Amino acid sequence: MGLYFLRRFLGLFLVLWCTITLTFFLVRLAPGTPFSRERKIPPAIEKQLLARYKLDGTLWEQYRGYLGGLCKGDLGPSVKYRDRSVNELVADALPVSAMLGLSAFLLATSLGIWLGSLAALRQHQWMDTFAMLGALVLISVPSFVIGPMLALVFGLWLRWLPVGGWGSWSCLILPALTLAGPYVAYIARLMRSSLLEVLHQDFIRTARAKGLSDAAVLTRHALKVALLPVVSFLGPLAANLLTGSIVVESIFGIPGMGGYFVNSILNRDVFLLSGVVIVYCTLLVVLNLCVDLLYGWLDRRIQIYE
Amino acid sequence: MSDAAPLSSTPGTWQRLARNRSAMAALAILGFIVAAAVFGPLLYSVDPHATSDAQFAPPSLAHFFGTDLNGRDLFARVLQGARISLLVGLSGALVSFFIGTAYGLLSGYAGGRTDATLMRIVEILYAVPRLIILLIASFVFDPMVKTQLAGVWDGRWVGYSKILILILALGLIEWLTMARIVRGQVLALKNQQFVVAARSLGQSHVRILLRHLLPNLAGIVIVYLTLTIPAVILDESLLSFLGLGIQAPQASWGSLLADGAQAINPVKSSWWLLVFPAGVMSLTLLALNFLGDGLRDALDPRQRR
Repeated sequence: MGLYFLRRFLGLFLVLWCTITLTFFLVRLAPGTPFSRERKIPPAIEKQLLARYKLDGTLWEQYRGYLGGLCKGDLGPSVKYRDRSVNELVADALPVSAMLGLSAFLLATSLGIWLGSLAALRQHQWMDTFAMLGALVLISVPSFVIGPMLALVFGLWLRWLPVGGWGSWSCLILPALTLAGPYVAYIARLMRSSLLEVLHQDFIRTARAKGLSDAAVLTRHALKVALLPVVSFLGPLAANLLTGSIVVESIFGIPGMGGYFVNSILNRDVFLLSGVVIVYCTLLVVLNLCVDLLYGWLDRRIQIYE
Repeated sequence: MSDAAPLSSTPGTWQRLARNRSAMAALAILGFIVAAAVFGPLLYSVDPHATSDAQFAPPSLAHFFGTDLNGRDLFARVLQGARISLLVGLSGALVSFFIGTAYGLLSGYAGGRTDATLMRIVEILYAVPRLIILLIASFVFDPMVKTQLAGVWDGRWVGYSKILILILALGLIEWLTMARIVRGQVLALKNQQFVVAARSLGQSHVRILLRHLLPNLAGIVIVYLTLTIPAVILDESLLSFLGLGIQAPQASWGSLLADGAQAINPVKSSWWLLVFPAGVMSLTLLALNFLGDGLRDALDPRQRR
């Protein structure tokens, strides 16, 4: 078990390091400097600016300097937002994005599992057909269609909820629904097919033969096994929610990490971009580790420490 | 997966598909949209780039889908956007098809350690935010490809550099599922008698892969190709929506939707800018997904819903 953890932990750092290095060199591969997009500045000043942000050394020196800073927890200065460090910007934006992501995550899993189970238990009835049709629609219609549509209907026509912004609970509802939508559908489909398969297995028949009620069979025996495919989808789900949150934040004007990500690409804000990518990637690898552990705990047949 | 009977284009597949009403409806809708994308701009000869004084005109007989901020005809723009979105979707899916099939064939056929390592790599890639890396890469490589293209054919291709990058890059990130599925099929197929027979006759590995395994994969590969196209269209429009994909004045459905989303505001909401591109795009994606599901059911009668 200890060895397994050690290996996973090393793997985690390897993935992180690869992403950091890839991002670092990709960003610097682009021709020009972060300052060359603004109006022409005298070469002397540009040189000073580059020196101030430590962007004047060779690539290798810059890379070493950046990694050194990272080890101390320093993500560097922001080139665009003068006088603010990337750490400060991330500290402001991360809780906002995390809040959105977490609500969408809870919404997607709970609603998806519930709908999927319902559809499986009522196979071939109108409820099942309806839910699966709805799921296919939700998967097909992208979030940047659903988002503005929801804003149009609930924000502008009915005036029930704010169209955008951040600050109150009501601001969270539309973005979370938009972000969770397609994944509710994915999980419902996964859950339905997996539960259908489990319900036909021998141990379920045994449980029924013992005289257990339908509810007990479901909660004590079937669900735990049927949940496995859903749990293994949680890793990709986390990755998708991260990417999705960039779009949803831009639709609803939410001051989270997504906005910084897009702007830092457009502004070639090298440190902010690397910083955001590092935060995203760290979140992902940690979440994936949690998912793997959860999976192992649910399914004892998988000997994770083998 | 391993004990599953191999899926192939068995006789009767087409008949089963033809009996699936939603799949046939999807096929008809797709045919119509593709025809509109190909021939539409020829028949409807309004220039999608021509600006006019009619700003934010609601839908009318003169402008079927209304006009946008610059007075451009939205119907013409949606038709042009369809060309780009469908082109990127189809070509990107083809790129992913080549990579995914080759990878899956190799992994499944090699088996053992190679297989385990290759599949572990796929697992890791699944967990990486690929679109985020892609966003950065497309931004970085665009100027480089532009300079390269400037020398080709009097620079007539420069405007297409972003499209080219998007096709390649999206193909490069969407092949994972295809690889997994092909590998699963190969694992199920490779111990069957016809493969064993071919091997005992002394045929080379390459020949077995290409002549015996690949044809048997055709069915399942077509299904997932159908399902990859909407995924790529979705990715492309996501990038364009964020302003990092197709560059103005060119338009794809994604960038039209971005314009439409901006036109939604409390003062004056020009709903048609959002509703029409959204409707056409959703219809296309829905039809592709329905067709893919229908094909899967037709190829594998056991899995009928």
